Amino acid sequence: MTTPAHAMIARRIVPDTEHDVRSQVPEQDRSNSDLGVRASIADVLSHRGEQLLDGWVARGAVVAGASSADDLRRDGGAVVDALGRALNGADQSLDLGPVSGLLSDFSARRTRSGDRPSQTAGLILALREALLTELDSTLDEGADRMAVAREAGRLVDGLALGSFDGFLAGREEVISQQGEQLLELSTPVVRVWDRVVAAPLVGTLDSARAQVVMESLLQAIADDGALVAILDITGVPTVDTLVAQHLLKTVAATRLMGADCIVSGIAPQTAQTMVQLGIDLSEVTTRSSLADALVLAIARVQAHTERAARP
Amino acid sequence: MPTVGSPERLPLTGSDDVVRARHRVRELAIELGFDLVAQTKIVTATSELARNTHLHGGGGTLTMTEVVDGSRRGLRLEFTDEGPGIENVQTALTDGWSSGGGLGLGLSGTRRLVDSFAIESEPGRGTRVEVTQWLKRR
Amino acid sequence: MTAVPVVRMQDALIAAMQEDIDDQSALELADRLAAEVSTHGARIVLLDVSAAQVVDSFISRVIVDIARVCRLLGAEVTVVGIRPAVAITLVELGLSLEGVRTALTIDDALAALEEGAGADGRLA
Repeated sequence: MTTPAHAMIARRIVPDTEHDVRSQVPEQDRSNSDLGVRASIADVLSHRGEQLLDGWVARGAVVAGASSADDLRRDGGAVVDALGRALNGADQSLDLGPVSGLLSDFSARRTRSGDRPSQTAGLILALREALLTELDSTLDEGADRMAVAREAGRLVDGLALGSFDGFLAGREEVISQQGEQLLELSTPVVRVWDRVVAAPLVGTLDSARAQVVMESLLQAIADDGALVAILDITGVPTVDTLVAQHLLKTVAATRLMGADCIVSGIAPQTAQTMVQLGIDLSEVTTRSSLADALVLAIARVQAHTERAARP
Repeated sequence: MPTVGSPERLPLTGSDDVVRARHRVRELAIELGFDLVAQTKIVTATSELARNTHLHGGGGTLTMTEVVDGSRRGLRLEFTDEGPGIENVQTALTDGWSSGGGLGLGLSGTRRLVDSFAIESEPGRGTRVEVTQWLKRR
Repeated sequence: MTAVPVVRMQDALIAAMQEDIDDQSALELADRLAAEVSTHGARIVLLDVSAAQVVDSFISRVIVDIARVCRLLGAEVTVVGIRPAVAITLVELGLSLEGVRTALTIDDALAALEEGAGADGRLA
């Protein structure tokens, strides 16, 4: 599974007036001198972009290793462009949303490839050094160097902070993927006989798992051409109304595919609880053990096969 | 805070439009990376709601938008019409398929197909149904 | 909107619903099947929906109606090839095609009819 990160980048580069992603930079004074400071920085971005990128990539390679230089140049180029646009377009407020977005994606990607958050932040902070170097060489004598340096610092700090959000997003994605894989591994569907499939469930059956079970079972019926599906709940500790609903849905869905569904493994206490809760499984074929369910399933398949064999 | 892409609109004035709406929503769902079951659910919901708009709402519009909320992406569909409106939304939402006319509006079933479902309707003021399906990683 | 072809094999009729059937075509199919059952005295109707990626409440209703009408005219209808995703969606919608026979393949459908199982073909 791939996240179309580049597609996401492409989408965010397009200026979108409906974006309301807040930048991480704290509110700036709306004074003319600040605008002038931003103009100086914007100037460097547009006229010294290549040199800025060179400087950034060189410093970045120190932090992240020389092999990532190409990636840095490409991603860095996009960030420099977006930053330049943001600064040029700003009259009063500065919308760093698109740039934050790019860095978030960048951060998430690097996290997925194993970088620590300090490395990713280090890469972004390397931009500050590169930017200050370029500013130093382009600003004329009369410029307020402190003000410019401070503004440049603020910008980069804000972006570096934003990269932590990206790191978290990347981590969450890894966790989520692992969760999905765990879910699928724990709900196997097995072909136990000619045209009979079985899903032996173990553990609590929540909505997410129930959904996976249903989809896996139905797919197995389609793939195997199964006539009977067995849902064994011997290993499911509690069956409440919600679980029962999931079971009923699965039974209904297997019937739509022309297969019979047997629910097996209902413990005596479970049966009593279900009756007390008013759960009605009267329309469902049940057996107390998987073995009994299998016996029934085989008989069914044999009867069908005999019929089908006759001319 | 959810961000949205630019909305795409489709008219829902004829029965051909219902088919067109299904096609377009499926295309968008595939583009966004929805798995087959999720695609089927959102397209089926589209079919139900678009038909309602066409048959009961006197025709209207479908607005499709890609949405982003934190790290999750999704598809938002809005069905609007200037028709007679629904007299009792609560009843319509709890009714199965048996309210007058045979199939009713099927809103209770459709609601189960999508992640989020919102409806606004008043007699004489038209109807607006908004549903969102979020991408689940598989 | 090309008409759905209906194939006749002895006393069975086979019709395949196309991938994205519109409401009108579905109704026309229902009419055609009723007419063909009546004309040829067919006893078996196999409705293949394996190409349908979406079966909504309207189509579901048409299918149930086809089954009821044909039964009145002396033919048993079996819906063949409902896809997993469609089955899941129908169940979620609360539509279970009550009383309508279903089968995975045409062979299974014919064998089940031979077995003489009831309309639901349920296990003991």
